[in-house]
Amino acid sequence: MRYAMAIDTKKCVGCSDCVVACQTENNVPHGYCRDWIVENVSGSYPNVEIELKSERCNHCDDAPCVRCCPTGASHIVEGGIVMVTHDECIGCGACIQSCPYDARYSHPDGYVDKCTFCQHRLEKGQNTACVDVCPTSCLYFGDIEDPNSDVSKALKNRAWKVLAPEAGTKPQLYFLT
Amino acid sequence: MKEELFISGRDIPNIDPYLNIWHWEIPVYLFLGGLAAGIMFFAGYFTIMRKEKEMQATVKYAPMLVPFALVLGLIALFLDLKHQLYFWRLYTTIRLESPMSWGAWTLMFVTPLSMAWAASYMKEVFPKWDWKFKFIDQIINFIIEYRKAMAWALMILAVILGVYTGILLSAFNARPLWNTSILGVLFLVSGMSTGLATIIWMSKSKYERKVLSRIDLIFIAVELFLIIHMLMGFLAASEVQIEAAQLFLGGEFTVVFWVFVIILGLIFPAILEILELRGFHIPIWIPSLLILIGGLVFRFVMVEAGQITRYLY
Repeated sequence: MRYAMAIDTKKCVGCSDCVVACQTENNVPHGYCRDWIVENVSGSYPNVEIELKSERCNHCDDAPCVRCCPTGASHIVEGGIVMVTHDECIGCGACIQSCPYDARYSHPDGYVDKCTFCQHRLEKGQNTACVDVCPTSCLYFGDIEDPNSDVSKALKNRAWKVLAPEAGTKPQLYFLT
Repeated sequence: MKEELFISGRDIPNIDPYLNIWHWEIPVYLFLGGLAAGIMFFAGYFTIMRKEKEMQATVKYAPMLVPFALVLGLIALFLDLKHQLYFWRLYTTIRLESPMSWGAWTLMFVTPLSMAWAASYMKEVFPKWDWKFKFIDQIINFIIEYRKAMAWALMILAVILGVYTGILLSAFNARPLWNTSILGVLFLVSGMSTGLATIIWMSKSKYERKVLSRIDLIFIAVELFLIIHMLMGFLAASEVQIEAAQLFLGGEFTVVFWVFVIILGLIFPAILEILELRGFHIPIWIPSLLILIGGLVFRFVMVEAGQITRYLY
């Protein structure tokens, strides 16, 4: 069992529905977000290319945030999801410094907060909120060890990349290119 | 022409557009921790070498400052926490992988030890001092018998504390400027140098100042070597680390780093110390103060600049 997500950069239109769905589902405070859209424009006219990505925590296999946490508040649960226990977090910021993806933020209440792959929804057999609302269905989620899961099927016939593989964290967000 | 433009749909406080989650508290703590480690190390060392008589300031006077430095550092660390009421969670677990856990436990042992050391010399430093309660006198007499063992513990814990101030930063591989193993030794050496500067400033004995100035000169030379070594390592590394080094080689931290850290914080005080050893009369507080300011600025620069550096993708 290993949860992972694939994001089709050719299908994403950058509408930010996933961002709003997450903020609503997870009660994310105003001005913060657990997932976000990156628009990457390269080249110059008339040869311009645009790449749109919905990004969030990579739920790394070798998560530096978990390694650096002095209290064990950051931990990995079943399925490889990186979670933060709020009342064990002291708000020291070590995990924020250690994340190559800047996926964590300091919640106004003090503790550190981040994407949970909607673990509370997965327990009920539902998909993550961002995947459910995506109007172009460019997000694929599931167990990457199961060849019949959405994410495995999406990765099978397409080229993909992960972000900053040189950081050595073994990230689990796959971007279809 | 090739242009690249990133647009990200977020603006999270202290994280966008660039990370700035650690403010003045961390560099101040790193400075005070290093300073305390420096003083404790030499207090322990010269006690073990049986030089208490010749090295009064090193063994007796300067260690009086250590508990204050550590407590102020701890206050700074506490102020930095965003979820302060839960700070005790640090002490319900030992996480060997996390440098911050190591640091928290080291401080837990080193702070009381430094207080015990200072207390054991209280009556010698302040002849009129009275502990008021008899049982405290008994405890102090007990401690004094074990000074030698304390000196060893002081020395070992000082090295752990000094190295930890650097490893705290170098453990974050997401920040290329910090992610170099040299930082542990560099911060230890820099901390030793600031500790020595403090002792030299407090010392009234010419012999003691001479001995300590000589040691300090070695530490300054090693520190300069390590800084050059660090920059060389960055320039020979990957793109992200080359960019990190550029912050000091033409980038926004160039002036403050080369002027306040390298020239005014290391080279100039070293020249003054050499002149002093050659017999010129130089007010002792000038090189000491410069070294202390240089050490503090160095930590501010490293913490600020390190947070800007990141992976590119």
